[in-house]
Amino acid sequence: MSLIDSVSLPRNFRLTRMDGLIQWILPLAIIAIWQVATVTGFVPTRVLPAPSDVVLAGWKLLLSGELIRNIWVSFWRASIGFLIGGSIGFAFGLANGLSQLSARLTDTMLQMVRNLPHLALIPLVILWFGIDESAKLFLVALGVFFPIYLNTLHGIRTVDPQLIEMGRIYGMSDGELFRRVIFPGALPSIFVGIRFALGIMWLTLIVAETIAASSGLGYMAMQAREFMLIDVVVLSILIYALLGKLADSASRVLERATLAWHPAFQKR
Amino acid sequence: MQTALRTAFSESELASRANFVPHARAAREERPVHTSGLPLSIRGLRKSFGDNEVLRGIDLHIPVGQFVAIVGKSGCGKSTLLRLIAGLEKIDAGSISFGDEVQAEDIRVMFQEPRLLPWARVLANVEVGLGRDRATSDAQLRAEKALAEVVLADKRDQWPSVLSGGQKQRVALARALVSRPRVLAFDEPLGALDALTRISMQRLLERVWRDQGFTAILVTHDVSEAVALADRVLVIEEGRIAHDVMVNASRPRERGSVELAGLEGSILSHLLSADDRT
Repeated sequence: MSLIDSVSLPRNFRLTRMDGLIQWILPLAIIAIWQVATVTGFVPTRVLPAPSDVVLAGWKLLLSGELIRNIWVSFWRASIGFLIGGSIGFAFGLANGLSQLSARLTDTMLQMVRNLPHLALIPLVILWFGIDESAKLFLVALGVFFPIYLNTLHGIRTVDPQLIEMGRIYGMSDGELFRRVIFPGALPSIFVGIRFALGIMWLTLIVAETIAASSGLGYMAMQAREFMLIDVVVLSILIYALLGKLADSASRVLERATLAWHPAFQKR
Repeated sequence: MQTALRTAFSESELASRANFVPHARAAREERPVHTSGLPLSIRGLRKSFGDNEVLRGIDLHIPVGQFVAIVGKSGCGKSTLLRLIAGLEKIDAGSISFGDEVQAEDIRVMFQEPRLLPWARVLANVEVGLGRDRATSDAQLRAEKALAEVVLADKRDQWPSVLSGGQKQRVALARALVSRPRVLAFDEPLGALDALTRISMQRLLERVWRDQGFTAILVTHDVSEAVALADRVLVIEEGRIAHDVMVNASRPRERGSVELAGLEGSILSHLLSADDRT
């Protein structure tokens, strides 16, 4: 997505130094307005706690160790689920992109499963796995699978056939052709899939943890709701936002490092 | 006003780039001894795509080191002939022989598009041309030499995306040259370039051909380009060789000379009269 952004913007539109600061102006302004609105009583604190209260709640949970433990549990579920679903999706994307036989065998079935909202499976998954770790991992893996599968497949299918012909003319073996032409050509598309998948990963985890869990950020938020601890509820939501942003930034860094050749990622 | 100035500037810049061929080489008169080229014999060559018979019996002999240009209208089969010679398509009937055992590295093609790997640096792109010799220890040295031959040694560590169209095509030429091919086939290699860059590329092609002595086959729709570069111009019409014209002008050729212009005119009139008949 950053790929598309920076392509459509003319070069001189890009702010180099200010770029790092400018993105934080809006969030900071919202927090300031929010603080003023709650302190003055314009917004009752039963509806929305002041940011300072949220920070305070965060500090307390941090000291008790509860916050770190829950973040760690959620982070662990997210990454393991992502790794499992992502690798299976990548493997199917490769297989179906490179082999007609494999595509004919599995693509129709995968497209059918894709049209099923994976969150609709929650009742079934709870029946199968109960509310322990495997249920969450299964749901995250399933959600992450499709964007990675589809974009890997698309990336491989759209590699410039003229480059493939060139590789063959210059005597590349199948392995070399894959390593030097097909995989690097598919990589931008694979990254689009990864970033979509990261979004779905958090979404799935939030829903799953809210409905059925005994630990994690979603569980923490639901517990706080029971005791009307609205500051903790807001805190968990903010932490989800922060983790989502973190995952996105990580994928951006990776993208920049591996796609240095791409005009969209070149400095000037 | 500003646009006018800018255009004037870029044109003068192009004109100076067009002269990058060193004059000392251009002054050399004698023809090189062709030791590395391969002769080419084509007999009864036919090729169809579905019901459409594109080549209807081509018989052709190209001696070692000759520079042959193939011209014709779109769809006459000239590109198909080139792809068959380069081994990119299967032959339906007839034969193509090179009079010797040939290796894959002996025959190279250059296309209208540079077909560079965008994710590999310029030098790595040239190394691709070494084929099976990619893994040898002198691969990098050979690639550097080939880049120097097309006057792009200073771009070795650039990404292809920052190069101009002409520079990309020069990298593609270096990639084709790096394995010291004995037959080099060009499929409209200059078709996508602007006029001035094209002239400088033509000089470069002529120079490397004279230096290395490979057999050159150039498919083009530009008759003046064919006459400026080739020893011999073949006109293809409806899948057959309709005319076979020798170009005996001395080298290096002077663009726009009366002799070449006359030849160009007569070949063009061949092409156009075929138009009138249909």
